[in-house]
Amino acid sequence: MARAIRVKDPDRCIGCYSCMLACARLVHRSHSLTKSAIRVQTRGGLQSKWGIDVCRACPDAPCAEACPTGALTPRAGGGVIWRRNKCSRCGNCANACVLRVIHFDEEGYPIICLYCGHCARFCPQEVIVWEEIGP
Amino acid sequence: MILEGPVNVLKIDLESSSWKLEEREDLVGWLGGVGVATQLFMEEAAWDKPPLAPEQPIIFAIGPFSGIYPLATKVVAVFRSPLTEEWGESYAGMRAAIALRFAGYDAVVIKGKAPRPTYLVIDEKGVAFKDARGVWGLDTEETGRLLREFEGGRGRRSIWRIGPAGENLVPLAGVNVDTYRHFGRLGLGALLGSKNLKALVVLGNRSYPIKNPTAYNRVYEKIYRAVVGTPLLSKYHYIGTAENILALNAQGSLPTLNLKASRFEKAEEVSGERFGRESLFRILACAGCPLGCIHVGVYRRPHPKGAGYISTTLAYDYEPIYALGPMLGLDAVDKVYALLREVEASGLDVISTGVVLAWATEALERGVVSEKETLVPLRFGAVESYIQATQYLAQPPNDFYRALGRGLRYATRIYGGEDFALILGGHEMAGYHTGYAFLLGQSVGARHSHLCNAGYSFDQTRKGDYTPEELVQYLLEEEAWRNVLNSLVICLFARKAYTPEVTAEALQALGRETDPQELMILGRKILRQKWEAKKRLGYTLDQIPLPPRRYFETPSGQGLLDPETYAALLKLYREKFASFLNA
Ligand code: SF4
Ligand code: SF4
Ligand code: SF4
Repeated sequence: MARAIRVKDPDRCIGCYSCMLACARLVHRSHSLTKSAIRVQTRGGLQSKWGIDVCRACPDAPCAEACPTGALTPRAGGGVIWRRNKCSRCGNCANACVLRVIHFDEEGYPIICLYCGHCARFCPQEVIVWEEIGP
Repeated sequence: MILEGPVNVLKIDLESSSWKLEEREDLVGWLGGVGVATQLFMEEAAWDKPPLAPEQPIIFAIGPFSGIYPLATKVVAVFRSPLTEEWGESYAGMRAAIALRFAGYDAVVIKGKAPRPTYLVIDEKGVAFKDARGVWGLDTEETGRLLREFEGGRGRRSIWRIGPAGENLVPLAGVNVDTYRHFGRLGLGALLGSKNLKALVVLGNRSYPIKNPTAYNRVYEKIYRAVVGTPLLSKYHYIGTAENILALNAQGSLPTLNLKASRFEKAEEVSGERFGRESLFRILACAGCPLGCIHVGVYRRPHPKGAGYISTTLAYDYEPIYALGPMLGLDAVDKVYALLREVEASGLDVISTGVVLAWATEALERGVVSEKETLVPLRFGAVESYIQATQYLAQPPNDFYRALGRGLRYATRIYGGEDFALILGGHEMAGYHTGYAFLLGQSVGARHSHLCNAGYSFDQTRKGDYTPEELVQYLLEEEAWRNVLNSLVICLFARKAYTPEVTAEALQALGRETDPQELMILGRKILRQKWEAKKRLGYTLDQIPLPPRRYFETPSGQGLLDPETYAALLKLYREKFASFLNA
């Protein structure tokens, strides 16, 4: 069964950024707030609610559809698999992503979610969970 | 970055709108945070000039753990305090530390006075000097809103700003950080004001590769689990620090009505539990802290003209509630909020504000001053007068408020009433009448704060069962160790997770060879440097006056305290001090 990240209860978010730091640390081997496939943001000041943006592992993923080189291919059950060596850094995937969650690192490579679940493991509030999403 | 190379010091001159980056190999041994900031202060201070002279530096620093390990969330500010005129040291959290880390600076030194109101944008490209004329005069909230709209970096930036109190050079002024946190104590706000510096926006997009992922991830997870999993720390999340209201009240340690009492009859009405039930809106965390202790409540009230209701969100903690609630006899959540809103907007230090207003109230009661001075009929429990008086503190309409805004040490020199002025080391007291260790601890701690050496905690755990040597030894060792934690710069709520062993392990995982012993020695070394600075600023342990009589008239958590016992403890402290520092 394929797994993916689900934002279950954003009202519980305390804005600790543990999820972002986990993605940066464990997936991208960086101390960073930007090298992360998950982003937590206020919508203008700390009085507003938190928004948590992360890949939703679409079935029939539009980003993969837009990829001209075959670097992004659909994953069984939803979402995509990304191969760095095939990526031409064209940016089409980010434009195609309906949720606009694809950002780029300093070399211009897209930061694509691996559905590894590290971010959920470090969320102290169970805002985000790592779930089975289908066959 | 600090462990992989030199300490990056960003030096800003407001006079000439210029900046430069210095890479300081020689500072690496000082770890970071307060260790590095102290060294920079030694280099930059204008020793013979008053605190608000343009030559005086403001120094901010983060440490090697900032943005790297859980709860390393604070920035330290070091400066010459306009309140005590000596050592100034203050801490703020929220996004302050992570923003500086990813902007790429370990320390920032600001000197000079800008030719006109200015705000700074500090990012990885350097410093932009921006016109703040239109923002000058605005309160902290509106200033924050505008700068959020003007500048980029949403979610990764930190905005530090002053309100009218800082602009008016009031030594009780602090700096508000990201709406809910502050560089509160010792008057940093007045320093910014004196430099025509309305605000700093710090943001960064840098990334740093992890050198040794296996070791680092292991230590990270260990600390993370220790913080998130333990009941010891979860109290900060659930009720928050405000749970201390009932706890200290039960111990008879809650300074009430200018410390005429150490229990507040209406403690229930302003307890953390009550604030939670009646007003809690959300809990927030500093960036990088999975604990989250920041309790934000809604202050909802009828519209003054009857047009429905209006509301404001405000963060509550033990200290603001203590200083504005029991201290001033304000006995309801909404009364505390009403005054807190004013304090926040004008950018004053909440502890000092509560304590100076309590003194002014009693001074008026006793006829030490009259309504000619206070302008409003200050009375314990009467919130409207306090709101007005707070505005007067921030924008003084007469000599009395000008003097009061300089703190009680100054105000009592002019008006008298020192017997009931709640100051220790020249600094308005924190909310812990717990016993001798607090009293002595705040008096002798480098920055005269309850956090220098946590005497209150010793009082609370030992409950009077100790020898004088043990008390003195505790204060010395705790302060020295806290200098290590404050060099890293962690939130002190995580101090139980960052034992000397874990701290050394965490440093090793980042590539620094060290051990607990070496760190303890470093703590003493930093403390020694601070005392060097304090001495040069005119402070020595020999001149400490006996705390005001009030402390010995009202029972503490350990019963009535005796001036002679206190004097003996101070004497012992003095004797042990030099040999401890030099050991
Ligand atoms: S699932 Fe993995 S790759 Fe995706 S956001 Fe979470 S930590 Fe990053
Ligand atoms: S880890 Fe959880 S609580 Fe923290 S910012 Fe991410 S989603 Fe919010
Ligand atoms: S415990 Fe509170 S103050 Fe400390 S880092 Fe966490 S949220 Fe910030």
